[in-house]
Amino acid sequence: MNLESFLLMRSEIGLLAILLLLIIFEIFSNKKQKAAVIPFAIILLAINTALGFLPQESGELFGGMFRTNALLYFFKTTLSFGVLILLLQSADWLKAKVVDENKAPEFFMLIISSLLGAYFMISAGDFLMFYIGLELTTLPVTALVAYDTYKRISAEGAVKYILSSALASGAALFGVSLLYATTGTIYFDSMAEILTSSNLSILAFVFFFSGLAFKTSLVPFHFWTADVYEGAPINVASYLSVISKGAAVLILTILLFTVFKSLMPAWNKIIYIVTIATMFIGNLFALRQQNMKRFLAYSSIAQAGFILLGLMSVDQLGITTIIYFVAIYIFSNLAAFGVVQAISSFSDKENIDDYEGLYRTNPKLSLLMMLALFSLAGIPPLAGFFGKFFLYTAAASQGYYILVFIAVVNATISLYYYLLVVRAMFLRQSDSAIPYFRSPFYMRLGLILAAIGILVIGVYSPIYDYIFSISNSFLN
Amino acid sequence: MDILSLFVIVPILIVLALTFFAKDLKQARLISVVGMGIQFAMSINLIFAYLKERATNTDIMVFTKDVVWYETFNIHYSIGVDAISVVMIALTAIVLLAGVFISWKIDDLPKEFFISLIALSSGVFGFFISTDLFTMFVFYEIAVIPMYLLIGIWGSGPREHSAMKLTLMLMGASAVLSVGILGIYFNSNADGGPLTFNIFEIAQVNIPVAAQNIFYPMTFIGFAVIGALFPFHTWSPSGHASAPTAVSMLHAGVLMKLGGYGVFRIAMYLLPEGALNWADFFLILSAFGVIYGAFGAVMQKDLKYVNAYASVSHLSLVLFALLMFNKTAWTGAILQSLSHGLLTAMFFALIGMVYGRTHTREISKLGGIMKILPFIGAIYVITGLAYLGLPGFSGFVAEMTVFVGAFQHPDMFRRILTIVVVSSIVVTAVYILRMVGKIMMGPLSNEEYKDLPKATWFEKTGLILLLIPVILIGVLPLGLSEMIKDSLQPFLERLL
Repeated sequence: MNLESFLLMRSEIGLLAILLLLIIFEIFSNKKQKAAVIPFAIILLAINTALGFLPQESGELFGGMFRTNALLYFFKTTLSFGVLILLLQSADWLKAKVVDENKAPEFFMLIISSLLGAYFMISAGDFLMFYIGLELTTLPVTALVAYDTYKRISAEGAVKYILSSALASGAALFGVSLLYATTGTIYFDSMAEILTSSNLSILAFVFFFSGLAFKTSLVPFHFWTADVYEGAPINVASYLSVISKGAAVLILTILLFTVFKSLMPAWNKIIYIVTIATMFIGNLFALRQQNMKRFLAYSSIAQAGFILLGLMSVDQLGITTIIYFVAIYIFSNLAAFGVVQAISSFSDKENIDDYEGLYRTNPKLSLLMMLALFSLAGIPPLAGFFGKFFLYTAAASQGYYILVFIAVVNATISLYYYLLVVRAMFLRQSDSAIPYFRSPFYMRLGLILAAIGILVIGVYSPIYDYIFSISNSFLN
Repeated sequence: MDILSLFVIVPILIVLALTFFAKDLKQARLISVVGMGIQFAMSINLIFAYLKERATNTDIMVFTKDVVWYETFNIHYSIGVDAISVVMIALTAIVLLAGVFISWKIDDLPKEFFISLIALSSGVFGFFISTDLFTMFVFYEIAVIPMYLLIGIWGSGPREHSAMKLTLMLMGASAVLSVGILGIYFNSNADGGPLTFNIFEIAQVNIPVAAQNIFYPMTFIGFAVIGALFPFHTWSPSGHASAPTAVSMLHAGVLMKLGGYGVFRIAMYLLPEGALNWADFFLILSAFGVIYGAFGAVMQKDLKYVNAYASVSHLSLVLFALLMFNKTAWTGAILQSLSHGLLTAMFFALIGMVYGRTHTREISKLGGIMKILPFIGAIYVITGLAYLGLPGFSGFVAEMTVFVGAFQHPDMFRRILTIVVVSSIVVTAVYILRMVGKIMMGPLSNEEYKDLPKATWFEKTGLILLLIPVILIGVLPLGLSEMIKDSLQPFLERLL
């Protein structure tokens, strides 16, 4: 192995470098310089994200344990961009609450380690690397969920998360061991050739799928979601709902389309039922939520149900629409969580009722929130519409019209609860409305970046066509 | 920039101008009125340009343009117009300009009001010029969603409830429509060609009859909900009653026409066998809607509800005529769309003016308004008479054409249905004459009404703008119906 081949791991090495630089900063900075870690970390990640736009070669390392190609690389850059927006949005919260407790560098280190885990997970070429990546994504987030140490609800969330996550990892690992028992290999490529449909391999798949379904909070593995989101600091909930979920969705798609392709007739039915259940449960529970974090938690469960529609089409179209939708979903959800964060850090208010009359006092924030929610609901010309319509297209291309019909019914249900928030902000007037405030610079930058994503990704079609052109790398 | 894309681009530019430059009501309405004036002038210009182009160009659509949008799905931004779209665009421009005049004094969040109104209009214009299913669907949804804010923020009465009901029903319908569109798309390669969203390419394909039977009702209902098809009309009365004046005008006058247009252009044109197989079922629904709407209007006490139910009745008549499958009835349907669009907009404008002065819309509390407000009263009477089909106005021309066309159908069942539907004219006369008689004539119901302010210049402008085409269509219908008839030929070839 020569030095150049290490460049295939460029994005991972970049994140590692950031981690090391953060440690060095932590050691050598004095008390007055502590706050400088925020711009320092953000700039480092911004550089890493910008490097992601450079072209990258595809290839394998470590005998096929690690692999990368244009599609994975694109997805990693998207995730990195998402985390960048997330860090921008958390900068004020860190400044106000965390820096004094001397915990800011840890926050960045934990988030970036988790992102590194996500990178390894999607780049995995065998189940060992996959499992390491999965754990590396999960464990740092547990610490982050409990970051508001003085809050009981935060600790409760963290315990719930670690326990259910351990169970899910255990289930996934058990599934992997059964797979190893049937095929005698843990490498994706060789397993894809050997694996045939048998009772044992289907059982193995069910266990494995349960583990990933937990990460993506699919019904019936969604019970942790709302409680953990509510307990976690908003930016961590945001991270859970976009980055960790997005990475899990991608690896699930890749595995289903390659390793488990021979089991398609079996998993197809499972996914069919899980899709319907996830959409309905997520939507129906979201209807009655008052707390914005719980609200977005259930909304993100429902969105995961929509993502599964793309799995119905086991071809280039399916994987493209999934990645496209996840990218859009990242921006839309980040914008929504960002506004919640901005309002919460100014006024500590997190309920939908508190948003009444918001447009009259904070028009720009309300407008952005409306854009984000409409994008999640799938209203043109915002990106979410195109994402959802193409997912329908993917499912319909295989003739699943009934499933598409159920999905559009759910899209209408979801529109109702998204409109409830719009109603509070725009239609209602209130004397106790949150007064006007100007968000700090980082927050504004984070929100603007998310808004640009919402407005541009849909209408600007070359993005979709680009993803389509690179998405065949797994399928041949 | 081509002549058609401007119809979408100008509203977007106005929205941007409003967002960044308008500071108060005066500036907002100035920008809006200038912008919509340009739009109006463009639409008049479009009619003449169309007539000139049509003399030499025999394609189905003229002024076409085609730009690839999503290459993977073969989605194009493709546009073009025939006579049907041209008259619909003109109707939209007229109602919109009148609506801006009627909203001259909107005091709460004026800038946002005009932004929502004009954003909505860009969707409507885009819908009428599109010849690509996907693009059309995008514009359709853009036209629907601002309604929520328009009714919810500036409405009256149970505005939140009405806005939510309207939005959910219409978006639910468009969700069903999206399944229908996907069904059409994935069957567009039935003859071995590529998958396409282009309407005229799909029209060359023989989609399997089994698929047509499944996707036709989805597409039909998806569009017909906004065209107030019974029993999916329930959003309309409450929505129109709660909406502010200009929004009622635009919604009843233009947006509901998207339904009939979509049914004709997409559902019936692309799925002809499905249309014939399902015709009886939808015919009964729409005939029932005509009668039901008319009787519903008789029973109402609130002026806006009267008009809302009357709209249900008249728009069901449009669907009824479309389902009759002959040239005369189709011409009638389009004339009825135009005529109803203008007249209902006038009605809502007048009701808004009366309500703005008397602060009541209850028929029993109003009386003798004519003596105090002669201009508004006179126009009210004219509108009422035109609405119930007095010769010399557009209503007569439209309904006459519809009924003549419908009765031409040799099928006995249809003839009987036509006779039943014709009887709705009598019911229409009942509620119109009763309403106009009670509130305009007779003794003054309330002494306080003596000092009501006279109609202002902007109100007059708005009304006259709408009245002129009503009279023009009524007096000179021939040119218009000839123009429309020419464009019906491709539909005839496909459906019969």
